[in-house]
Amino acid sequence: MVNIKINNTNVTVEEGTTILDAAKAKNIKIPTLCYYPDLDIKSDCRICTVEITGQKGLVTACSTPVRDGMEIKTNSPRVLNARKTITELMLANHDANCTACEKNMNCELQTLANTLGIDENRFESVLEMQELDTANTSITRNPNRCIKCGRCVDVCKNVQGINVLESMNRSHEMFISPKYGRYLSDEDCTFCGQCSSVCPVASITEKDDTDLVWNALDDDKKHVIVQVAPAVRVSLGEEMGQKPGSIVTTKMVAALKQLGFDRVFDTDFTADLTILEEGNELIHRITEGGKLPMITSCCPGWINLVEQQYPEIIDNLSSCKSPQQMFGALAKTYYAKKENIKPEDLFVVSIMPCTAKKYEAAREEMSADGKNRDVDAVLTTRELGKMVRQMGINFDQLEEIEFDDPFGITSGAGAIFGATGGVMEAALRTVSEVVNEKPLEKLEFESVRGLEGIKEAEVDLGGQKVKVAVAHSLSKAKQLADQVKAGTSPYAFIEVMTCPGGCIGGGGQPYNTTNAVREERIRATYQVDSDMKLRKSHENPVIQKLYEDYLTKPLSDLSHDLLHTHYHKRRT
Amino acid sequence: MLEDILKKHPQHEDSLIEILLEYQNVKTKRYITDEEVEQIAKYLGVTESKVCSVVSFYTFFSTEPRGKHIIQVCKDVPCYVNGSGNVLKTLEQLLNIRIGETTKDEKFTLEYTSCLGNCDGAPAMRIDGKTFTNLNPNKVKAIISEYRGVN
Ligand code: SF4
Ligand code: SF4
Ligand code: SF4
Ligand code: FES
Ligand code: FES
Repeated sequence: MVNIKINNTNVTVEEGTTILDAAKAKNIKIPTLCYYPDLDIKSDCRICTVEITGQKGLVTACSTPVRDGMEIKTNSPRVLNARKTITELMLANHDANCTACEKNMNCELQTLANTLGIDENRFESVLEMQELDTANTSITRNPNRCIKCGRCVDVCKNVQGINVLESMNRSHEMFISPKYGRYLSDEDCTFCGQCSSVCPVASITEKDDTDLVWNALDDDKKHVIVQVAPAVRVSLGEEMGQKPGSIVTTKMVAALKQLGFDRVFDTDFTADLTILEEGNELIHRITEGGKLPMITSCCPGWINLVEQQYPEIIDNLSSCKSPQQMFGALAKTYYAKKENIKPEDLFVVSIMPCTAKKYEAAREEMSADGKNRDVDAVLTTRELGKMVRQMGINFDQLEEIEFDDPFGITSGAGAIFGATGGVMEAALRTVSEVVNEKPLEKLEFESVRGLEGIKEAEVDLGGQKVKVAVAHSLSKAKQLADQVKAGTSPYAFIEVMTCPGGCIGGGGQPYNTTNAVREERIRATYQVDSDMKLRKSHENPVIQKLYEDYLTKPLSDLSHDLLHTHYHKRRT
Repeated sequence: MLEDILKKHPQHEDSLIEILLEYQNVKTKRYITDEEVEQIAKYLGVTESKVCSVVSFYTFFSTEPRGKHIIQVCKDVPCYVNGSGNVLKTLEQLLNIRIGETTKDEKFTLEYTSCLGNCDGAPAMRIDGKTFTNLNPNKVKAIISEYRGVN
């Protein structure tokens, strides 16, 4: 332990602690830009500058470890001046049109300028306006707002192993972009949106689809329904000012009703359906000598990676559509018919933790009639938060409302799809009961839970020991994919989620997602599961009825038509 | 030609700079095209973004066709305050091109560079690796006519 002084208060911290962390432990906030929790320390931006008594130059708090006896000033006039200059320089090369900005009131640069009291900039603007990248359906890049902190480069390269975003040129001419100023879609971007989730300003954001949805809601001719992904109920609370890990399912349903949706449904329902289709597909592949390992296909970021970089393993992917698209296909056929609504008058919205889901919904094969989209619009958790605020809804005061029938009856297995390991666990709950023909003694598969990058388990399926694995974040997924490609994968079944922590850490989730926040959302997810009466997908009575009345049985012809798809090699 | 160079290097990100250097030296007009960026990226198993990032970091690489002589005008602050603006203006008039362009006869390319490490001789410029300091319009004129005369 070392003893130091921060702003004249004594602090004892462990050796090796950075000044930044030592201050944080004492609730002293030092601003950071290039630093982001859980990412590499880059110490480029120098905004975290602090003064150390007896030392000539200022030092960066994010990268400097404390030394015994150090006396640190985090807010001296000298420090504040330095920060002011850095901020003014950034603002001089920034399209600071705050009121017309997606991140107004939620922007780290704005907050910085505000707390430093910058009302006038000493430096003249040197901004040369560049074209925006709006060439894809998921992510918008606005180079005029980039402050070159490098967080996105780090996430894309080191967490996701993709390396689409890079720094180009150097010194004052340096800028961040894919392939020399071109579009994200000119490279193998998976649209995972992790870059958007760490960007401190509005330089990388989801493509804004809120107007599309407002217009549909305003159209009397349209019957507008919405589905909500499992990971949204454990994160939307953060958008509404609640603490990470708050479970807001019923208030969320109430808010969606107030926004004007005709029916509010649960993607957990089609997650249950996915388990029946995918579980049976797995059993089929194991017993009939099909392609193994089978790999989950509900994550569109992962599908993009396979189609772009691993076309050799496409046949290993489950042919199941994702829960979002199963819902869309059922809505535009089964539901429309049942409710006597013309499919063209039905507008299907989904609320997703995900930016890649926007891309998925726009894929041409995701259409039951071959003309219209099954899912008409996809909003991220952040966009839903924005709509709720725009509507002036007092979230905390909302009454508690349950999801609508029929797609509102769900199981805990569907609920855990939102966390890494969840799809695997949900599948195992069903597959092992079907194969072993007896109820599971213990429902929880703890070995596949949690933030470990790659998790393994061994399960007994009809007397046969089978190995399974779970990966989250694309750099980890690539390790498993390399094995599959090389033919050395020891597994029968693999779950992949693109985002660290799974969808609860999705690219469209509330800002400031860190591992600590991910842990809270994961804890909440398993809480939702254990609070449910139904815990296994195949016990969901509405799913059973859907098969009786409509689909007949898992992997039936109609199931194949509506719920399964094909993937092919391509560039997005 | 590129293929031969590629084959000499292990298929790893670490080979990138070596490959670029070797190739740019043997290639006429010393620049790297889009297709070549793609070819190198494929061979090394890195993204094109990565290759572009490295190509653009080092000012001696270019992604545009370049002239026989590369004139690089320092753009950093010490040179700027000592009149690199005038140096640039003179060059643009003399060569009848703008910064970033190449003369019609493909003799000269005009570019910016960051600090050449000759700040005490600011403003400075570099032609094909040779640095010229304490520049003024007349000195620039003399240097350029010398280069013109050489050929
Ligand atoms: S969306 Fe994902 S893959 Fe694309 S640039 Fe951002 S981090 Fe990289
Ligand atoms: S796009 Fe955002 S995250 Fe990336 S460097 Fe610019 S400001 Fe930073
Ligand atoms: S892990 Fe979830 S949030 Fe992330 S890309 Fe996949 S589906 Fe989207
Ligand atoms: S946050 Fe410390 S240098 Fe950028
Ligand atoms: S600033 Fe021009 S040589 Fe250093």
